[in-house]
Amino acid sequence: MRSGVTATNDFVVKFANVNGSGSASANQLFAKSILRMGIPIASRNIFPSNIQGLPTWFEVRVSGEGHLGRRGGVDLMVAMNPQTWDRDIAEIDPGGYLLYDSTRPMPASRFRSDINVIGVPLTQICNANYTDARQRQLLKNIMYVGALSALLNIEPPVVEQLLAEQYKGKEKLAKPNRDAFHMGRDWALKNLDCPLGLTLERSDAVGDRIYVEGNAAAALGAVYGGATVCAWYPITPSTSLAEAFERHCKRFRTEAETGRKRYAIVQAEDELASIGIVIGAAWNGARAFTATSGPGISLMQEFVGLAYFAEIPAVIFDVQRAGPSTGMPTRTQQSDVLSAAYASHGDTKQVVLLPEDPRECFDFGASAFDLADRLQTPVFVLLDLDIGMNDWLCEPFAWDDSRQLDRGKVMTAEELEAGRTFGRYLDADGDGIPFRTYPGTHPQKGAFFTRGTSRDRFAKYTEVGSAYADNMERLLRKFDTAKQIVPHPVERPAAQPTRTGVIYYGSSSAAMKEALGQLEADGIHLDAMRIRAFPFHDDVLDFIARHDRVFIVEQNRDAQLRTLIMTEGNVDASRLIPILHYDGTPITARFIRAAVADRASALKVVPFAGAAAE
Amino acid sequence: MSFLPKPKLHHPKLPVNALGFTRRDYEGAISTLCAGCGHDSISAAIIQACFELDIEPHRVAKMSGIGCSSKTPDYFLGASHGFNSVHGRMPSVLTGANLANRDLTYLGVSGDGDSASIGFGQFAHSIRRAVNMTYIVENNGVYGLTKGQFSATSDKGSKAKKGAINNDEPIDLVGIALQLGATFVARSFSGDKTQLVPLIKAALRHPGPAFIDCISPCVAFNNHEGSTKSYDFVREHNEAMNQLDVILGRDPISAEYAPGEVREVTQHDGSVLRLRKLHEDYDPTDRVAAMHHLHERKAAGEIVTGLLYIDPEPEDLHHHLDTVAMPLNRLDDAALVPGSAALDKVNAALR
Ligand SMILES: Cc1ncc(C[n+]2csc(CCOP(=O)(O)OP(=O)(O)O)c2C)c(N)n1
Ligand code: SF4
Ligand SMILES: [Mg+2]
Repeated sequence: MRSGVTATNDFVVKFANVNGSGSASANQLFAKSILRMGIPIASRNIFPSNIQGLPTWFEVRVSGEGHLGRRGGVDLMVAMNPQTWDRDIAEIDPGGYLLYDSTRPMPASRFRSDINVIGVPLTQICNANYTDARQRQLLKNIMYVGALSALLNIEPPVVEQLLAEQYKGKEKLAKPNRDAFHMGRDWALKNLDCPLGLTLERSDAVGDRIYVEGNAAAALGAVYGGATVCAWYPITPSTSLAEAFERHCKRFRTEAETGRKRYAIVQAEDELASIGIVIGAAWNGARAFTATSGPGISLMQEFVGLAYFAEIPAVIFDVQRAGPSTGMPTRTQQSDVLSAAYASHGDTKQVVLLPEDPRECFDFGASAFDLADRLQTPVFVLLDLDIGMNDWLCEPFAWDDSRQLDRGKVMTAEELEAGRTFGRYLDADGDGIPFRTYPGTHPQKGAFFTRGTSRDRFAKYTEVGSAYADNMERLLRKFDTAKQIVPHPVERPAAQPTRTGVIYYGSSSAAMKEALGQLEADGIHLDAMRIRAFPFHDDVLDFIARHDRVFIVEQNRDAQLRTLIMTEGNVDASRLIPILHYDGTPITARFIRAAVADRASALKVVPFAGAAAE
Repeated sequence: MSFLPKPKLHHPKLPVNALGFTRRDYEGAISTLCAGCGHDSISAAIIQACFELDIEPHRVAKMSGIGCSSKTPDYFLGASHGFNSVHGRMPSVLTGANLANRDLTYLGVSGDGDSASIGFGQFAHSIRRAVNMTYIVENNGVYGLTKGQFSATSDKGSKAKKGAINNDEPIDLVGIALQLGATFVARSFSGDKTQLVPLIKAALRHPGPAFIDCISPCVAFNNHEGSTKSYDFVREHNEAMNQLDVILGRDPISAEYAPGEVREVTQHDGSVLRLRKLHEDYDPTDRVAAMHHLHERKAAGEIVTGLLYIDPEPEDLHHHLDTVAMPLNRLDDAALVPGSAALDKVNAALR
């Protein structure tokens, strides 16, 4: 067995489970216990929607260095699902380990000779100690966590503490879990060679970071952003965003005196109604949002156009997934960039925010509402399944209590009464953003009739072409204003001067950072820029201008962000080299490194030797 | 700060309501519809109803979809905010607006194409969700704005202007509204203002989903012989169930009726709906009977009009959602933003 892979705080453990067997909380316990030992992890759920037996996988990448992207490969497989046995065994890296339930003997042909097999008779131990069927099943999971604690050196007090927190005040539940954990641990210590080559060593690399899912973070951002109306239609992977909003609201938005709600959540009949409700609420002065995924975005197109032209602040969280129908859609992708940026008919350009992790999901989730109100336009927040449905280690949420919700240009009854000129589509101060009024504000002044187009600056009906063109030009000025106030790109210069750059965004961030380090070690230096919003800040075009070639790393087939940069920035296509990952799994540093190295050598990008750039 | 309404200057002889407004204060832009279009009569009835109810125009939000009918909110209540949204989706926009501010009166205007075809789903779901609104479909059995195609309320066998016969079953929105729990359901005719105005008044006062299907002939495309939505055809086949008077608290009770001749229903806000029974044994508070009656009279070839069903104590969406009394759009930062201390606790639980 000692011929196996050896590594400390740097390996991948994958759990193969049956959905609904109670494995999720045991796996979570495993993940959190490593975090509590101060060692960074990146964890991912993999849940196909269409395979019999409802298998699910949970992958934990342990990375003392703090790499949070998916690594690829598996060092230790905890194979608890007989139905997926063969593919699970096949996935283990040579020299890796297999932990399985050895209660029932398996023919040698079902194993591989180049891996280390560890059998623990989990079912047998469980059956010997418990009579209740459900208990047998649930505690079997905790028992493998016990065995892993012995095999990998997880500190038992850490696990006990986590169980105490989980079952706070419910000692009756805590005790059997604790016992099962120790039963597994003791069995392993007694019968197996512990620890394995893979070991954990206490560290202090986690700091005060939190471990949270992007959807929950975005929903919390919506609470802090002052959203009161949420209309949605269930669709993976966005459902848990709306559900989290409800959970957060119950906690933070219940009126103490009455128990009544300072929010309204409607599960609409479809995405058309969801966005319609959002638009109606936002028109009427409430902050409103919907959460959806690609197919929902397609259905919302007509309404989003109306909101663009009628200048209504709607917030749309799009948790992106792969393609239409079921199956692949439970995988991740960044493939709605174009359909969001140019959503709808007519000449439209939409504001799009691109968070990299749950912390930014929270930040952008809150500021999206300020931006929408300030700009009076729809704002898309593009998450993806990888950020949305997985717990990520990220900076803790922060809020400045002096911050106030920015409701934008809303003319009040007092201002109207004082005789201030109100023109709903009048560019009063040159930033392209007109004033609006909330319905019901003033008995005589400030009422207007909202339509998509066909009106003048004072919202009077007209079909005159010049009035239409005038309005379209003002909308462009407004979009220019947007450029300045959306989150700016973040630049990360290379260690050495270079004429080659790389642009990336969203959930590719973690893998990109890791890849940059590897490429640097390979002698390939890249200036990097993370784009955080559309419209693009001038810095983006400036960055491209400063480099001969810029790689654009994306998780879609058609290089959608590249297309957007090319059209919006008039950039020569040959200078933007696509690096595309689109098989539905999260992008890895391995992939980026290989793809960049490959293109770089084809393009003869050599380590920078000349004088410093002009 | 509140502002007292200041009525426009007007002819001193024009009658004023309790707020000092004349009927003209409830008008809007000049209509661009065809002369004689039924929709204009409905706009006039809305103006009359709001005037008589002493409604502050700016406290009404007018919502519509797309169509000739959906254009009409521009032609009444010029001091109200209006929203001409997208085809068939007025109900969702109205629902959202209502969620944002429960204190305004919501008036949704739609067409038969808008509500029975492209927007059939939204019509149905806004009703079953019990949005507090007055929802008027200006039903001409045809797509007016796109020049005369059959709509989903066209009767089977009715003839298009160019001669084609409709073979599809019609959707009766009144029947659907009854089935889906509307708590106020009526049908009327744009040519019968005496019947229509009180129905709109009662609907505006109704604190739940109030639906009015108003037959409204299209003179351009559906007023010919062989159409079942023409002025002549509707006049001939109109079967009024009752004649309604809406009696507000301050109105004196005048006329006397023989026992059994009138039926009074008191709405939640104290307004009394007095129904003069024009039809024996019709009980407008019995939903099942209303549905049954509707089908029966339809089979007999009649167009049943009047207040067909009312639940005087309805519940609405805000009640179901248990939202606070203060309109959501008026909640301030303190009521909405939990602050940094709460966030620290959230963070602590995520480590
Ligand atoms: C998505 C979409 N499809 C088609 C149209 C074209 N269109 C405009 S109005 C209308 C029909 C209106 O009929 P109805 O609601 O009965 O109103 P009417 O004009 O008869 O009052 C159609 C099909 C549109 N505006 N939007
Ligand atoms: S086309 Fe028909 S519905 Fe449209 S305005 Fe003319 S008469 Fe009215
Ligand atoms: Mg019509």
